[in-house]
Amino acid sequence: MFKSLAPPEYLATIDQVKCIRCKRCIQNCGWSVYSWGGDKVVIDTQKCVKCLRCYHYCPEEAIEINDNPVKFKNNAYWGFNHIRNLKRQSETGGIPLTGMGSDQPYTILFDHLLIDACQVTNPSIDPLREPMELRTYLGKKPSSVEFEKGGGKPKLKTKMPPQIKLSMPVIFSPMSFGSISLNAQKVLAIAAKECGILMNTGEGGLHEDLLPYKDSIIVQVASGRFGVNPDYLNAGVAVEIKIGQGAKPGIGGHLPGEKIPLEVARARMIPVGTDALSPAPQHDIYSIEDLRQLIYAIKEATNYKPVSVKIAAVHNVAAIASGVVRAGADIIYLDGFRGGTGAAPAIIRDHLGIPIEHAIAAVDDRLRQEGIRNEASIIAAGGIRSSADAAKAIALGADSVAIATAALITMGCTVCGKCYTGNCSWGITTQRPELTARLDPEIYAERLINLVHAWEHELKEILGALGINAIESLRGNRERLRGIGLDAETLDILGVKPAGR
Amino acid sequence: MNRDKRNAKFISPYIGVEPLQGASGPIGRNKNTQGGGRLQGAGFDFQKDISGCGLTGLISKDKKRLSGSHIVKSLCLMNDRGNGLGAGYAAYGIYPDFKDFYAFHVMYDDPSIRFTAEDLLKSNYHIEKIEEIPTSPVKAIPISPLLVRYFIKPLKEKLAGGIEEADFVVNTVMKINSEIDGAYVFSSGKNMGAFKGVGNPKDIADFFRIDEYEGYIWTAHTRFPTNTPGWWGGAHPFTLLDWSIVHNGEISSYGINKRYLEMYGYKLSLLTDTEVVAYLLDLLIRRHGLDIGAACTALAAPFWKNIDAMDGAQKEAVTALRLAYGSALLNGPFSILFGHSRGLVGINDRIKLRPLVAATKDAMVYMASEESAIREICPKPDRVWAPRAGEPVVVELKD
Repeated sequence: MFKSLAPPEYLATIDQVKCIRCKRCIQNCGWSVYSWGGDKVVIDTQKCVKCLRCYHYCPEEAIEINDNPVKFKNNAYWGFNHIRNLKRQSETGGIPLTGMGSDQPYTILFDHLLIDACQVTNPSIDPLREPMELRTYLGKKPSSVEFEKGGGKPKLKTKMPPQIKLSMPVIFSPMSFGSISLNAQKVLAIAAKECGILMNTGEGGLHEDLLPYKDSIIVQVASGRFGVNPDYLNAGVAVEIKIGQGAKPGIGGHLPGEKIPLEVARARMIPVGTDALSPAPQHDIYSIEDLRQLIYAIKEATNYKPVSVKIAAVHNVAAIASGVVRAGADIIYLDGFRGGTGAAPAIIRDHLGIPIEHAIAAVDDRLRQEGIRNEASIIAAGGIRSSADAAKAIALGADSVAIATAALITMGCTVCGKCYTGNCSWGITTQRPELTARLDPEIYAERLINLVHAWEHELKEILGALGINAIESLRGNRERLRGIGLDAETLDILGVKPAGR
Repeated sequence: MNRDKRNAKFISPYIGVEPLQGASGPIGRNKNTQGGGRLQGAGFDFQKDISGCGLTGLISKDKKRLSGSHIVKSLCLMNDRGNGLGAGYAAYGIYPDFKDFYAFHVMYDDPSIRFTAEDLLKSNYHIEKIEEIPTSPVKAIPISPLLVRYFIKPLKEKLAGGIEEADFVVNTVMKINSEIDGAYVFSSGKNMGAFKGVGNPKDIADFFRIDEYEGYIWTAHTRFPTNTPGWWGGAHPFTLLDWSIVHNGEISSYGINKRYLEMYGYKLSLLTDTEVVAYLLDLLIRRHGLDIGAACTALAAPFWKNIDAMDGAQKEAVTALRLAYGSALLNGPFSILFGHSRGLVGINDRIKLRPLVAATKDAMVYMASEESAIREICPKPDRVWAPRAGEPVVVELKD
């Protein structure tokens, strides 16, 4: 057989002295790196993705996974991945796929922003001893409120648009059943319900097992229209129209047939084993006025639940967002180019879109300039790695952030980026029953709940240090951010002063 | 899973802190969790327009006009709450002969700027009277800006387009303050005026001859700015139309309050956080039609846990206020007195991080940073109390 000229990325090795031949590595590896050779474990390192499942389950710590020391000649311009992908493409004629968000070394703006804190002139507030409010409502807000005239207690005259109450401004990003396992979706659903936040079905339909969590679920309508029917639209607290995704703006979802067994097929209402390739655009939305029609069609179908519109952060995001809000969206979901994916062409993921930080700033500014910021809530997603990123996104102008990769990491994910293969050894981005069975929803939900509570504590500490006790006083409060190492123009776009000013 | 324990308040949330024996911490108990310092990644950069302060105010509910000497005496007791870099007074009822005219108090850094501003005023307003604000020489105030007051009324034809008279006046104030460099309108209401500058309370009072004015509402302020430039316009009160604000504290939510106000055309140009309060009151009360109680609820909103415990209609009303006016919420430590043509209001931040004491004596109501400042001019009040956090003291003039 022709040996690939693309060298393996990783070298898996087993210390044969330490190895006790328990074969746990063979059993655990979803990629069949290991097999039994009669007297010892044999390794096919070409298949290794460095997900570290085998390493964690080796009782003797006999396994080591290293980056392949055999590299092409060092070249600052022709990187390892450039050469390797060219070789792979020459062998297959295909588009190299990838998973998770872009790992390329573009500037990370979050890492160039610092948050303020109080000293002397205004007291910092101790969140363990004083009330500290993170509660957030998503949805259209009136620009002013009116009360009934006349004596007695104030009675509201303004009719409030529907709102979604969150205990804190962090929700889970859409991930479909198909791209991730049902157990992984259950982890998200259990945690969302327990924490008073939301999960999102993605475009894969709604499995009946998630119905008990419907008050913590946003259902999504995307270009493939998988699993969409009136019951589905009405099942959750809101409906999201997915126009684009940060990892692959301008193209539709990809779910290879390998990840479509019977259960997924039922939820999506498609045949088993067929590739579920969503169209690039929604074929009934070729313009902003078409979007308006779909938004109102969905509102009519759901007795006016809030409608969210998810768009990828692209160059002209501010004008697009303004149009989306004017088209009637109650929530605008912005997904930055670092946003994750179950499967996307690497060339798209790594070269299209803009960072979420720019997008939040530009959209928030634009909606304010037009006097319509109250018309929609902004959800920011696409590379939120910590509560500090969340706080910075909110200070730039977001109402809430959404996280996906961070949530998957609590389930064992190591961001190996091979989600598209359907072989995830942690049982997350796979539909193979022997792999998904590893992800016990109750047990892993506990870990995800821990993460959410940890971020809750951290956000309260940040607010306390800022001397404010309600999240709305951080939202859009760019005065409490400073930039370091950013040029004047970027600072201007972000609306942030340089440190020292 | 033991979620009750996780939610228990006494358990430390910090990773790396050993939980108390017998208490399994919410996070610490996961042995796989990596340790981390609690303040990792926190940045400490500090620069803000801030000031510590003392304030005092009084109101005669039956509109008895009192000389400014009372409020000066009260304020001067709190000299050590200021540092001599700013003091000011606001009074209502002081211009009865011109009560139908907007009284513009304007300061000019340079006399030549006066003509630019006056050209603008003359082409838009009927001007009843122009005069320099009377001052007395004070040794501690060797230099001051040129101070001029105008009693004016918008020309009828300027309002022909249907613009509200008050909006027209606000636009003029915004235009002068943001576009005419070196000119600053520091008072623009009817039958009221603000007097302020850089100096001690006593010196500023002597300079402006405060004891010669008689008003039925007075507020006053001494300032302890820490790093704002000591310029005359930066002293309190801040005013817009009939609103006058004196403020002790810091608006930590300034950044979003400012951006929110800009959405409605306000231009924030005074280098200090207090001006947002004046503009927010103008927006909420005058333009959005909220009553004073509702506006105070929006600015110093109750906590959600208290809102959740309210009855149906009240809960609905307060929730709506918080949702609509989240960006108007004033956060950070403050006590504020705001005067207006119909009364005086005192309010604290949501957890009372600045002092505010109130007292009554017959038809008089007093509010100040310190009780001693009240007793200095009202030795035997009928009642003295400390208003609770976020609960306004609303005093209205009798009709």
